[in-house]
Amino acid sequence: MEKRSKDGIDRRDFIGAAASGAAAFVTPDLGQAQQPSAQDLGHQVVPSDPALRVKALESLLVEKGMVDPKALDAVADAYETKIGPRNGARVVARAWVDPEYKRRLLTNGTAAIAELGYGGSQGEHMTVLENTPKVHNLVVCTLCSCYPWPVLGLPPTWYKSAPYRSRAVIDPRGVLREFGTELSDEVEVRVWDSTADLRYLVLPERPKGTENLTEEQLAALVTRDSMVGVQKVNAPGGPA
Amino acid sequence: MNGIHDMGGMHGMGPIVRDPDERPFHEPWEGRAWGLIRAMGAFRRPGRRKNFRYEHEILPPVDYLRMRYYERFIHVMVMHLLEDGVVTQAELDSSKPDPAAARTTPRLTPAMVAEQMARRGGSLRNDKVRVRAKYRTGDRVRALNINPVGHTRLPRYLRGHEGTIVTDHGVFNLQDTDADGYALGERPQHVYTVRFTARDLWGDQANRRDSVYADLWEDHLERA
Repeated sequence: MEKRSKDGIDRRDFIGAAASGAAAFVTPDLGQAQQPSAQDLGHQVVPSDPALRVKALESLLVEKGMVDPKALDAVADAYETKIGPRNGARVVARAWVDPEYKRRLLTNGTAAIAELGYGGSQGEHMTVLENTPKVHNLVVCTLCSCYPWPVLGLPPTWYKSAPYRSRAVIDPRGVLREFGTELSDEVEVRVWDSTADLRYLVLPERPKGTENLTEEQLAALVTRDSMVGVQKVNAPGGPA
Repeated sequence: MNGIHDMGGMHGMGPIVRDPDERPFHEPWEGRAWGLIRAMGAFRRPGRRKNFRYEHEILPPVDYLRMRYYERFIHVMVMHLLEDGVVTQAELDSSKPDPAAARTTPRLTPAMVAEQMARRGGSLRNDKVRVRAKYRTGDRVRALNINPVGHTRLPRYLRGHEGTIVTDHGVFNLQDTDADGYALGERPQHVYTVRFTARDLWGDQANRRDSVYADLWEDHLERA
């Protein structure tokens, strides 16, 4: 049954009315649903329809005086250059070289992450999960796309995608294999479904042969995927 | 609601597609969309609001699966703009402002962006009230078998299954809603990490060592 809103705007009516202009991006294009979608491919090569629609919406809201385009530049820039997995990598590298920091990180993730200057939206309640030779942690959000922004940035498409969200809880070992991560049956796999306000960061195992690397060199080895728990960190020049 | 968004445990969604060179925004429009959402949040009219996630969850399943992530967000944002009377349908259709509408000023400035990023966002923790915890670490609990039509943080795949309390995270406001997507009230209560063994959830096909940890509100649990 179609759900009707109590605010006088019915979604179907709205979609039906949106024939062109900035509103058109809500028009369901059912023909497109039969073909491999852009979502399946992760991205599109040609300018996508939402691109034109978002552009129309931006120009409307700028003209109405509601949006400063420079603020939009600043938002995009912040997520492209300031908030991202390099932050998390610094946290991990610090924990690898400083046992006392690691202890604080595993006890109170939020506070220890804040020591390095990271915090804020979607990182208010951080729990750090330590991967060991015996325990492998993997993070998912089956209901949505919850992700620790201050340390990892915005989630990659695969993390938000139906294949990952549906399968991580029922077949974590199969998912890990797709990421090239083979685990022995003896390793315990813990899947963390971010259903509330807690956000999770995996502390991957430090690869062997990295004893002489500096903290900075170690941080450069740490990948985003290793901090979600779908991969391990490799030593320079190949798998650990 | 038992919607397409609640997909934990489903089959048939295909292989995980990865882009090795993935950037935060695949295309510039995604970054613009994300910025617009942040910029227009400040124009939301105060008052009783529907749960934001509920508004995504009620999308028809075929659209939910087809639409791109930022497309869904923009869709919900436009619904808000219309609901709040911030823009009119005629303006959206023509992409031109109504000449009669008063011009306003942006509420998100470039200088505010950095400050906004660093701010504690929409934390649901409620430190104002003291609520006694019903469960302790090690207690056996069962996720309720409930099927609400509104938004709930109790995924289908956990309902009816027994687990063990691992951590008490303190008091948070309940996020579940009524059938129309409106919050059931603050209902501050403890949130726990609960461990479910993979065998309990999925049967013998699961590795006997594996488990799923989920964060659940007290309202989602009963003593086992």
